[in-house]
Amino acid sequence: MAAEISELDKKIVKEIQEELPLERRPYQKIADKLGITEEELLTRLNKLNDEGKLRRMGVILYHRNSGYDFNGMVAWIVPPEKREEAGQVMATYDEISHVYQRPTYPDWPYSLFSMVHGKSKEDVKAVAEDISQKTGINDYTILYSTEELKKVSMKYFCED
Amino acid sequence: MAKELDEVDQELLTTTQRNFPLVAEPYKAIGDRLGIDADEVIERLKDLKDAGYIRRLGGIFSSKKLGYVSTLVATKVDEDKFYEIADKISAYHGVTHNYRRNHDFNLWFTLIAPSEEKLEEQLAEIADFEGINVLRNLPAERFFKIGVKLDMREKKGGEDS
Repeated sequence: MAAEISELDKKIVKEIQEELPLERRPYQKIADKLGITEEELLTRLNKLNDEGKLRRMGVILYHRNSGYDFNGMVAWIVPPEKREEAGQVMATYDEISHVYQRPTYPDWPYSLFSMVHGKSKEDVKAVAEDISQKTGINDYTILYSTEELKKVSMKYFCED
Repeated sequence: MAKELDEVDQELLTTTQRNFPLVAEPYKAIGDRLGIDADEVIERLKDLKDAGYIRRLGGIFSSKKLGYVSTLVATKVDEDKFYEIADKISAYHGVTHNYRRNHDFNLWFTLIAPSEEKLEEQLAEIADFEGINVLRNLPAERFFKIGVKLDMREKKGGEDS
């Protein structure tokens, strides 16, 4: 699992995970800070991007200000042999951003998780019902976040 | 939310979510796509930040590809200790999301750590907090879909995090 990442790349990650300067040459400013050229920074960033280490550069929006006030995590009880098909069906919905399979426990029998986005509880319920009809999976629960206690982007290479 | 988004703002938010250029003058490149100049792109982005549309402008990294491990954790927490425990959990650097949810499993959080050992160690610490009755580790075993970006023009999709 040990990923190959150089000390310089770690420093680059630490800068790029913060706010990109809002000025004409933002990468130049960061490169100056790191003591490298703008060209080298851009070359390395493009490499990190190609390797999938940098998933994307860009803006992250506040959902509540962009028309999406509501999301629900729908957790499904699905027999092992049906998970593949059910997961694929869930993945086709535009309203669903994430679909994961996770382990089950006697007190937590839900194996598939789908994150449904909508404008209301009713939207989320409607998507869940639609999936239920399509897949024949009737055992599910919808978890709503009733309080946000922490929501941040991970800061890497800052542990020590 | 006082600010109304005009068409250019909407296109700007959509294009800067998906295709933010890794070039020397990124705001100029974005402006070229939208038919505005770099200074206007910068001004509009500043306004959208101030108005609370943009949470952050920067890089989003793959924890897995950087060598980190992550998981989702469900816990049952005593109601009278709920906030005390929620705060103790939120204090971990690698806890990025922490929510109360409408279920017997009433507190859910995500944890990212630099190694499997570190993750297990922190989970064991948290499981020992007085007031946590059950803790279930739910690491993703399989990904069917991960992270779709919002299209501001059609209002469809989600966020990746």
